[in-house]
Amino acid sequence: MHKFYMELIRMRFLTMLAYRVNYYSGIIIYAINIGAYYFLWGAIYGGQQQLGGLSVAQMTSYVAIAWMSRAFYFNNIDMEIAQDVREGKVAIEMIRPYNYLSVKTAQAFGEGIFRFLFFAGPGIFLISLIIPFHFPATAQGWGLYLLSLLFAFLINTQVNLLTGLLTFFMFRNDGMIRAKRVIVDLMSGLVLPISFFPGWAQTLMGFLPFQAINYYPSLIFTGVTSAARAWQLIGFQVIWMVVILIPILILWRMARSRLVVQGG
Amino acid sequence: MQNAKHIYSIFADYLSQYFKTRLAYRADFLGDLASNLISELINLVFIIVVFQHVPLMGGWSRDEIIFIYGFFLVPYALFSIFFGFWDFNERYIIRGEMDRILTRPVHNLAQVCLESIAPDRIFGVISGLIIMGYAAIQLKLDFYWYDPIIFIVLSVSGALIYGGVYTAVSAISFFSDSRTGISPMIYNIQQYGRYPVDVYNKIIRFVLTYILPFAFVGVYPAAYFLRKETWYIYAAMTPVVAVIFFGIGLLVWNIGVSKYRGAGS
Repeated sequence: MHKFYMELIRMRFLTMLAYRVNYYSGIIIYAINIGAYYFLWGAIYGGQQQLGGLSVAQMTSYVAIAWMSRAFYFNNIDMEIAQDVREGKVAIEMIRPYNYLSVKTAQAFGEGIFRFLFFAGPGIFLISLIIPFHFPATAQGWGLYLLSLLFAFLINTQVNLLTGLLTFFMFRNDGMIRAKRVIVDLMSGLVLPISFFPGWAQTLMGFLPFQAINYYPSLIFTGVTSAARAWQLIGFQVIWMVVILIPILILWRMARSRLVVQGG
Repeated sequence: MQNAKHIYSIFADYLSQYFKTRLAYRADFLGDLASNLISELINLVFIIVVFQHVPLMGGWSRDEIIFIYGFFLVPYALFSIFFGFWDFNERYIIRGEMDRILTRPVHNLAQVCLESIAPDRIFGVISGLIIMGYAAIQLKLDFYWYDPIIFIVLSVSGALIYGGVYTAVSAISFFSDSRTGISPMIYNIQQYGRYPVDVYNKIIRFVLTYILPFAFVGVYPAAYFLRKETWYIYAAMTPVVAVIFFGIGLLVWNIGVSKYRGAGS
């Protein structure tokens, strides 16, 4: 069984390798986005030394690493599930001897590893040549970042599974999936570090899982947090992962019993 | 003239057809509206949150930036209504649908636009007007009697600039039937136009003015209403840029159609 999922990860990895055009354009898109925010933040800081607890240098590192983390955790499995449901492919998937949701997660992981190796890696190197950039100073810093990034991937994938599963009940939810994508980008701290938000918004977001997707790993990377605090953040990620698993399992049970295939 | 009238009546038919298909899945229709509204709001949230920490951004105040963003939404929405063929390559070239388009009596670009029409995007115009109105009140802007006319001209020009660029980009599919991934790239560059160009470095400013003139969809025309006299000349050039870029788009498209051989299968 273990070997089987490894194979799925490998297959998705190779598929990604085959669609090279997406890869090149993806690199340029990330460069465009990081560039836009780099200049915007430059103008925003102006003469200010520190904003929201971050210096200019920490901010540019934050923006770059936040986008690079996104390269790893981002995936479209909610769209894929929606398409499978709409086209009726999900019926075939369900009679196969594996768990559909685990398959999707494995595929997302293959995609994530691909982008992490061929995209975030070289990307972060290139960026460090152009803009002032601080890498974690210690091996422990790197370890904590990577561990937290892995959980970020799992939580984001769970959120995607959840929105994908809603297709079973709503039939068509492309609008919701797109809305979810922008909400995750905002609330995860990709566009703005959470520390920039007003107090009440920070409190509100503390009750939501989104900052575990990007803010925590990026914060750990920039080195603004102590190691003890980093472990605490990873602890929160683990809790969120377990909490989100519950609605997924419930929805999945319900979805299987009320699947309506809308034709091929 | 007969031709334009013909396109208009077909447009009405497509419109009613559009609403029939969309309302078959009501939840999805509402979800789409909500998702567009949310993405508009999120950009606003970014501006508002940032300006809680700083008074100015590169010499521009919060309400000026909000005004520019509100202005940008109007031409962008007009463009999205008529030029919704992001997936042109996949939908028309790879699946061979372009062959069908060429057998239709109306001009092929008009036919493609009609098939991907998205009238619900009109809400973008409304949110843009509300955002602009709010910023205008905060800034106590004065308007002249002819400003609404100028506004319409500049908005339509902005939509045509986008239309021209996207038509040209889509037309690349006629020359190479493989995926190029260019249109998502352009889509991401367009966000640069929402902020004052003087925050960027020289190269980006040059690109946004002369190569992919997205600054003419946001900052430049908005600067006229904000009475920033240094940018007046750029604001006045907006309709000219629109004619040039839409012309280029149409030209590339027509050349592309004449080179089109069909993907087979």
